[in-house]
Amino acid sequence: MDVVLLSRLQFGITTAFHILFPTLTIGLAFYLVVTEFLWLRTKDEMYYRMYRFWVKVFAVHFAVGVVTGITLEFEFGTNFARFSQFVSNVFAPLLAYEGMTAFFLEAGFLGIMLFGWQRVPPLVHFLSTALVGAGATFSAFWIMSANAWMQTPTGFEIIDGKLLVTSFREAIFNPAFPTHLSHMLMASYETAAFAVAGISAWFLLRGEHTAFYRRSLGIALLMAALFAPLQVFIGDMKGLSTAEHQPAKLAAMEGHWETNTEGGAPLRLFAIPDMEAEKNHFEIAIPNALSLLITHSADGKVQGLKEFPKADRPNALITYWSFRVMVGIGFIFAGVMAWALLLWWRKRLFDCRLFLKALICIQPLGFIAVVMGWITTEVGRQPWVLYGLMRTSEGVSPIPAGNVIWSLSVFLIFFAIIGTSYFYYILKILKNGPDLDSPIPPVQRPSGMRPTEDALKEA
Amino acid sequence: MDIVQLWNALVGVVIILYVILDGFGLGIGILFPTAKSEEERDVLMNSIAPIWDANQTWIVFGGGALFAAFPMIYTVLFSALYIPLLSFLFGLIFRGVAFEFRINTNRKYLWNWAFFLGSLLAVLNQGFVLGGYISGIKVVDGAFAGGPFDWLNPFTVMVGIALVVGYVLLGSTFLIIKTEGAVQERAYKQAFWAAMAVACFMIVVSIWTPYHAPDLTARWFTEPRLYFVWNFPLLGLVAFGLLLRSLKKRRELMPFISSVLLFLSAYFGLQSALWPLAIPPDLTIYEAAAQRETQIFTLWGVAIVLPVVLTYTIYSYRVFRGKVGGAEGYH
Repeated sequence: MDVVLLSRLQFGITTAFHILFPTLTIGLAFYLVVTEFLWLRTKDEMYYRMYRFWVKVFAVHFAVGVVTGITLEFEFGTNFARFSQFVSNVFAPLLAYEGMTAFFLEAGFLGIMLFGWQRVPPLVHFLSTALVGAGATFSAFWIMSANAWMQTPTGFEIIDGKLLVTSFREAIFNPAFPTHLSHMLMASYETAAFAVAGISAWFLLRGEHTAFYRRSLGIALLMAALFAPLQVFIGDMKGLSTAEHQPAKLAAMEGHWETNTEGGAPLRLFAIPDMEAEKNHFEIAIPNALSLLITHSADGKVQGLKEFPKADRPNALITYWSFRVMVGIGFIFAGVMAWALLLWWRKRLFDCRLFLKALICIQPLGFIAVVMGWITTEVGRQPWVLYGLMRTSEGVSPIPAGNVIWSLSVFLIFFAIIGTSYFYYILKILKNGPDLDSPIPPVQRPSGMRPTEDALKEA
Repeated sequence: MDIVQLWNALVGVVIILYVILDGFGLGIGILFPTAKSEEERDVLMNSIAPIWDANQTWIVFGGGALFAAFPMIYTVLFSALYIPLLSFLFGLIFRGVAFEFRINTNRKYLWNWAFFLGSLLAVLNQGFVLGGYISGIKVVDGAFAGGPFDWLNPFTVMVGIALVVGYVLLGSTFLIIKTEGAVQERAYKQAFWAAMAVACFMIVVSIWTPYHAPDLTARWFTEPRLYFVWNFPLLGLVAFGLLLRSLKKRRELMPFISSVLLFLSAYFGLQSALWPLAIPPDLTIYEAAAQRETQIFTLWGVAIVLPVVLTYTIYSYRVFRGKVGGAEGYH
């Protein structure tokens, strides 16, 4: 195997493994900020118990996210040295800024968030939670900016084969960036909301700690209700942006081979794109729907994949299906929220067993959608590492394939061990359940606090 | 001082901050098997639990800053030192998850081992990276042009082991500050033996470096370096004296401070030999520097963010000051 394919595999696998963790960290941090805010506002002890429980999940998750994230920063240099050198003037500061503004903020206040209960006053603790949340969001900001820049590079000029920056503002806020970031943030909030919802539903069905999990589920569903429909809307905007700036990617995502000359382009609900034959097998399509989605007119022109030279086309089979799965999950989420709204209207939200079972089933879908979306956007960018300017094959490091075979194998073994342990410990934390008895540290005990027992009696 | 020199100094500061801050944490990881009971191991872990993550972040910032300010060092070094660098990361991965996994399990011995071996692997490979760097890297047209094991030689291995000993010194003197009773008593002994070993390695390095990297040694004897490089071995000697004295007098803070001084003397000694090289044997910082606009843009971030980061880091150390116990309230 050659070093290009191996390096791509390694980067793809390490990114896909890593992305699972910040996704939940960003969303769960938001959830924790809300919970702690409610604890400070209402002085209802239940919120304190909720925070202390979910933060355990957060901590284990965060640890894996950090250690795998550090690896990614190094892999630009170890595996894609030529790319890194070419783009360094624009690209590198974005990573440096992530380190300065995001990594430090998260790591700096995580200590107080986890260990500071006995040592700092309530407001300082709340600020720490908020700053960890802000750090996670800043991290997404810079990383999404860097990645979006690889998709739609702007703000530079090339002189004598050297890439020189002309405007950092243009580079950071490149055309793909706004939808890239908002799409990722929404995905994180949704994933976390449905993860918490699914876990809560599981324990509600079993009748364990009902009062506790009802409230956990309530906040999670509120979060999901806010973000699931918004995500469908942002997804549509992202499609438009892709059509404008990366037409080859869009054509691959839709299995769209021929530019429509007469009439509208159909939306292919099911198809098996064939790169060799340049067509789809087993196509089920809605006439004119693609044109309607992309151009907002029934017969608008959508560029087909055949307009691009064979060597410049992304893999249509992978891109088409990863995109389909992601969109499908997005609609399932939106549908479940519509159902939740109906149940809430009828005041049966926590009692409908079928709904709770559905929440359990869809619990892992957010993670799958994130990875699928990641595959869509990254495979869809191929064969370019820097869209239209540098091919992935030109960007790898001058190292022998043996190096990458070695590191890739170690990564696979390590990820298997860490992934398994991660699941084992998370399940263990969940199984042990919330701690409803430990006394609240004196420094955290506000005046006029409602004890948990009252809340339990009400439920 | 121009901006390239300023960045050179900044990257230098970030690297030494990383070495000292994560160094004592890694050192405690290497000392982990010397703890006699699970309770003692808890004490060791709790002494760094709230701060290790922030300490480790300096390497992330160091990597980012190097990439932004001296992209050629970042790209050449990272492909040349592929194997030790990734091994270093593999070590950090296992050590990092051990913190969280260990407290959530009944079979702690698995993660005790992961914590120890991860720390050891990370430190050894950090040493290999340093040794490989000093040994020189083959560069043609701004790209690495050597083989995958160019970094591996007896000198590099020696540097790796020397760094292990050095971090054990930092770790044990930090434990003196944070612990009491039997654990602290043991840390005093460990610090003493680590200090002796560090002294031996410093003598070995001083004799071996002129043979291994004659170019670097020759640089010490050029003007204007000649007039101040002798300060660093002198600083090292004073630091070593302070260290032994404070250990004997059972001081708590001074052993750590003098260990840090010892590290600084070695680091500045090396830096003064390298200047103005970016990658030995002959690539300078000016050739490796990024576009001026990029360096300025990133410098703005450093100027604004770094003081803030340092402030809340100090605040965090203040929040968690004092001795740790085994049952210190975890989340």
